[in-house]
Amino acid sequence: MTSPIAADPIISCDNVTISYGTFAAVRNVFLDIPKHQVTAFIGPSGCGKSTVLRCFNRMNDLIDSFSMTGRVLFQGQDLYAPMVDPVEVRRHVGMVFQKPNPFPKTIYENIAFGARINGFKGNMDDLVESSLRRAAVWDECKDKLQESGLSLSGGQQQRLCIARAIAVEPEVILMDEPCSALDPISTLKVEETLHQLKQHFTIIIVTHNMQQAVRVSDMTAFYNAVEVEGSDGKVGYLAEYNQTKEIFNNPQSKDTEEYVTGRFG
Amino acid sequence: MTSSPHSLSASRLHYNPYALRNVWNRAMNLLAGLFAFIAVLPLIVVILYVLYKGGGAITPAIFTELPPAPGLSEPMGMGNAIIGTIMVTGVAALVAIPIGVGGGIYLAEVAKKGWFAQSIRVGVNVLAGVPSIICGLFIYALVVNTRILWGESFSAMAGSFALAVLMLPTIVKTTDEGLKLVPQELRMGALGIGASRFTTITRVVLPAATSPIATGVVLGIARAAGETAPLIFTALFSPFWPDWLSGLGLLAPTATMSVQIYNFGIMPFAPQVELAWAASFILVVMILAANLLARWLARFSSL
Amino acid sequence: MFSRKKPSWLEQLVDRGFIRVTAVLASVVSLTVFGIFFTVGFQAIFQGDVSSLLPWNQDSIWQGIAAWNDEETFGVRWGAIPHFGLGFLANSSWNPVRNDYGALTPIYGTLMTSALALLLAVPLGVGTAIFLTEDFLPQKLRATIGFMVELLAAIPSVVLGLWAVAMLNSFLAVALPLHNYLGWLPFFATEPSGPNLAMASLILVVMLLPIITAISRDSLNQVPLELRQGAYAIGATRWTTIFQVLIPAAISGIVGGTMLALGRALGETMAVTMIIGNSMNLSASWFSPSSTIASLLANQFGEADDIQVSALYYAALVLIILTVLVNICAQIIVKRLALKYD
Ligand SMILES: Nc1ncnc2c1ncn2[C@@H]1O[C@H](COP(=O)(O)OP(=O)(O)O)[C@@H](O)[C@H]1O
Ligand SMILES: [Mg+2]
Repeated sequence: MTSPIAADPIISCDNVTISYGTFAAVRNVFLDIPKHQVTAFIGPSGCGKSTVLRCFNRMNDLIDSFSMTGRVLFQGQDLYAPMVDPVEVRRHVGMVFQKPNPFPKTIYENIAFGARINGFKGNMDDLVESSLRRAAVWDECKDKLQESGLSLSGGQQQRLCIARAIAVEPEVILMDEPCSALDPISTLKVEETLHQLKQHFTIIIVTHNMQQAVRVSDMTAFYNAVEVEGSDGKVGYLAEYNQTKEIFNNPQSKDTEEYVTGRFG
Repeated sequence: MTSSPHSLSASRLHYNPYALRNVWNRAMNLLAGLFAFIAVLPLIVVILYVLYKGGGAITPAIFTELPPAPGLSEPMGMGNAIIGTIMVTGVAALVAIPIGVGGGIYLAEVAKKGWFAQSIRVGVNVLAGVPSIICGLFIYALVVNTRILWGESFSAMAGSFALAVLMLPTIVKTTDEGLKLVPQELRMGALGIGASRFTTITRVVLPAATSPIATGVVLGIARAAGETAPLIFTALFSPFWPDWLSGLGLLAPTATMSVQIYNFGIMPFAPQVELAWAASFILVVMILAANLLARWLARFSSL
Repeated sequence: MFSRKKPSWLEQLVDRGFIRVTAVLASVVSLTVFGIFFTVGFQAIFQGDVSSLLPWNQDSIWQGIAAWNDEETFGVRWGAIPHFGLGFLANSSWNPVRNDYGALTPIYGTLMTSALALLLAVPLGVGTAIFLTEDFLPQKLRATIGFMVELLAAIPSVVLGLWAVAMLNSFLAVALPLHNYLGWLPFFATEPSGPNLAMASLILVVMLLPIITAISRDSLNQVPLELRQGAYAIGATRWTTIFQVLIPAAISGIVGGTMLALGRALGETMAVTMIIGNSMNLSASWFSPSSTIASLLANQFGEADDIQVSALYYAALVLIILTVLVNICAQIIVKRLALKYD
């Protein structure tokens, strides 16, 4: 395990093992996510990237068979401590999903909804505008704020979802393959917004796209999976975690090198 | 690691049981649970009631004797109503199943689109929404009042027709939907080896969809067996055994369990009321059994 | 080797015949629907039976129609629609002695029982559906509860009616304080003392619950999981998600289910007939006996003759039109739902 050098971790995993039912999906993860940086999760599919990501805002609570050992610390607090309210956690740690999922409401309401339930008291119009601007989708929506969010194109919908997430002013935004359903141009637009957002938010992004990881991230975590004897499934683990340029130019392990050079995965 | 300058105050993430939203959420959880409880309560209470009040009246005589004359308490039977329900429902099924399955085949296999198929689909939906008492009035006007059945007016057969009208939309719908589940490759395969459409449908497609169709038919029959409104002006009622001489009993009025519940349930005589409960017991047991049977049949579905 | 033989003429005949037969069978459905409207309409317009439509019949109505007013001579006896016209709908008297019939009381009773029943059954049914789609209980247990609610729909309405009759006294005991304290409201104005409209509405609630629950549950289940995740991810609580995201997304299914239930409530006969008291006096009070169109039919059709039969068919026609309209609306709404999730 390479020990990453994160001066100011906002999220840390401390020996995290996650299981669905009796099947361990990913095990023994130690990880420090630095603040105000973009961290990319890469690795072959099924090795537990989404699983780990969903731990950071307790989204896994929606899955019946989910169980976890170890600790996930957010600004020093154990997210899975018994007293913690997952709703409160999600107000600090937002999420953007693989498939754009705007609410079947107007574009305006899509943004205002989250702010309102989080007790936002300011000028809603300003908030909607600034959120849409920061997500680089304002120009496309400004004339149709009262139309359904579903009337936008896929790429615009995804940026609307990003705007929806930042309107709540979380500290961290989790993105699970946010561009995998988008065309290259929309992908570039989303990537541009990431550079902007870095100043205010900590971003963790799962991606299958090596170039994207290189372009947007400061840190990269490479996950891999191994067969376990006596079981038919693979169990994921964090294989290597370091600064992105190190991972791509100077990987420590053979697997990492093979993966980032596109030889498997 | 824990002592970063930006670290949260320890309780920020904690569940606050007094926060308005949390109080509201707990109240709504409770309310939803209460509603679900209220929703299952009638079923439990009705079944307990029927078991308690009707179960006690179930003796061998129930199946072999006739009901007592009003005011008397002997004999305590309703064999005629049991036979009547079986007879009326059975004939209704015999009428409705071929029509319904045939119609369903037409919709699913022959004319999937087009105005004619569409108008029949609308017809099925309209028919499904027609109140059951209207089916009774319809058959009354068409069959009973005109004495079209060999000069007879009220008859078991007329009752069967009314129930058949009621079953028809269910059977057409389940056949239509069941057949649509059959994969297209199966049809292509059969047609591809030179089978005619008739052979394809009767030998390949229908057998593949037997399970969903049978499920729907069983549920349709079970529902019809408990129907009363279509029978009160068609099959009417009878305190006697079926008159086997008049068309095997089909051309004479007949008792049925459901009409017996209606007629006896509001009589001021205790034996009659008890017989109403006994009939409820038998009907409910039959219908629950049919529902379980239908679930069991559905498990054989390969689709 | 097989040689592909041409189908014999017999095979072709069977094939074509089979297709024809299914077409004929399918049209039986449409014919039945047409027949229902036709016979009920006929009986509402004419007295007598439908066989008098046959021109060679001795009392065929065709001769009478040719001489519109001359009913004595030609034996045509006009029924309720020509006699009472649309005034039938607004007339609250039902008087077999004077042969003066109007359906206002049962129309009011039909609408009032259905409205009251929906008022209770919609929140109960939707609440139950929510309970069954959320993870309050393990999946197995929820499936069992769902099945039990569906079984409720299988209990024959006459059995529910019998049960309602048995429960009447308990109901009266509960209703009496309502009358005592709220008797100044017109709805509670009469003292509950026997079968009544409120009890009929309650039994309707029991019958509507499974319909509303099943359809609401299906449409809530159809809401994509991503929407729920999206709401949770911005810090929405369970019930904010339910009220602001899930229910709006499933609303057409819920409304469609409610409409179907309404159609059912309007035409429900046996249970209502057994518990509503079948009074033809118009009363605003929920605690007084009343009647619905369906209960009027069940209750009076057996003993009616002549113009009264025709008046009953007229009422039946009103009922069919009501239920068919409601059902068609329901279908349209449900179809719109299906389109939305394509
Ligand atoms: N909801 C779930 N229930 C059961 N197993 C799951 C669930 N989600 C993911 N898994 C399993 O956990 C493993 C890791 O999945 P995931 O985190 O989605 O991988 P990745 O995002 O890296 O592709 C996989 O083997 C997957 O089958
Ligand atoms: Mg994933």
